Amino acid sequence: MSTTNLSIVTPDGTVYEGEADLVSVRSTTGELGILPGHIPLVAPLETSPVRVKTNSGTDLVAVSGGFVEVRPDTVTILAESAERPEEIDKDRAQTAKERAEERLNRAKQEEIDIKRAQLALKRANTRLEVAKQK
Amino acid sequence: MASLRDIKNRINSVKKTKQITKAMQMVSASKLNRAQRHSQAYEPYTRKIKEVVASIAASKTDATHPMLEERPVQKTAYIMIFSDQGLAGGYNASLFRSFMQTVEERHSSKEEYGVIVIGRIGRDLLKRKDITIFDEVTGLSDQPSFEDIKNITRLAVDMYKDQAIDELNIWYNHFVNPIQQDVTEKKILPLTDFAEEDQSNQSYEYEPSEEAVLEQLLPQYAESLIYGALLDAKASEFGARMTAMSSATDNATGIIDEQTIVYNRARQAAVTQEITEIVGGAAALE
Repeated sequence: MSTTNLSIVTPDGTVYEGEADLVSVRSTTGELGILPGHIPLVAPLETSPVRVKTNSGTDLVAVSGGFVEVRPDTVTILAESAERPEEIDKDRAQTAKERAEERLNRAKQEEIDIKRAQLALKRANTRLEVAKQK
Repeated sequence: MASLRDIKNRINSVKKTKQITKAMQMVSASKLNRAQRHSQAYEPYTRKIKEVVASIAASKTDATHPMLEERPVQKTAYIMIFSDQGLAGGYNASLFRSFMQTVEERHSSKEEYGVIVIGRIGRDLLKRKDITIFDEVTGLSDQPSFEDIKNITRLAVDMYKDQAIDELNIWYNHFVNPIQQDVTEKKILPLTDFAEEDQSNQSYEYEPSEEAVLEQLLPQYAESLIYGALLDAKASEFGARMTAMSSATDNATGIIDEQTIVYNRARQAAVTQEITEIVGGAAALE
């Protein structure tokens, strides 16, 4: 079976590099399943887990802010941050989630950047989801 | 001639200074090491993003985006990367000097440009010259994160979109090696020249639309340019500081050697004089 070469790159370095049978990402318009030989495509991504199917199993990577570039034989995800399950600090993500939720609750009364809190919540949720796979 | 005690004090004080400069040199060396590793880790990201942007630009689409739009320049913004701390040799001064020279040639009045400044020293220098400061960032960590500069990038991009500025350039010290740093100016906005030609010549599908992709991609590209410059500048800063401190240490060693000779000579003179006096005194008794 043919595979596609996936690399997930962030400003802090390459987080994931390998051959994948299927890469499943969530773009701003919806889920995208990318198989080898996909037509060239560029799409912005949601802050969400990226699922990578390889011959040895499924890997999850938490990705936030970025986009995916697809070529027939390569898939590149350029993100502001990306983490493998083993790199995620569960407790920190949990506190971040609680903090974001609390800020959203208070947002009505006080001057709080709602958008920022929402993004923070999304990041925390993504991390927790990915961390479960550990 | 200085007394023995004065020379001794001088030597001791220089010794202490030398300890400090030596320590700072070693700290800078290790920081430089880390900054360079950081830059290296960042390299693939910037290369990839450049590749994608270049291939989109090369596919000659008719999509427009405010960041691609070139217009007559009325107001220019400069991002300048200085350091927060001194003791880095000519790091800040040479950047500031060439900047002042350039703007004086390029602009006829101070209305025509403004600066987004990173680093306390630069801010103080610019303030003294009454230059418009749009925004300032101080107290950046030695290994700055992408988050740290997001605000200024957003500010710059927004200003450009609102047509408050028509051009954005970045000034920083480019790291060549620990001894040499070159003052560099790079154009960030409008995004026009994508240096490398894309060899693959792909034509992409855009999901959901070309505009939406550019909307996300271009600010991220601008961010990556600024962040890259910042990492480069940080490496330069540590390189400059390391070199400055190592020459300070060398100077201190030189002074100590010199003063030690003076000290010994003075001590010898004092001993000789005492002996002469004793001998003279004894001779007088006979």
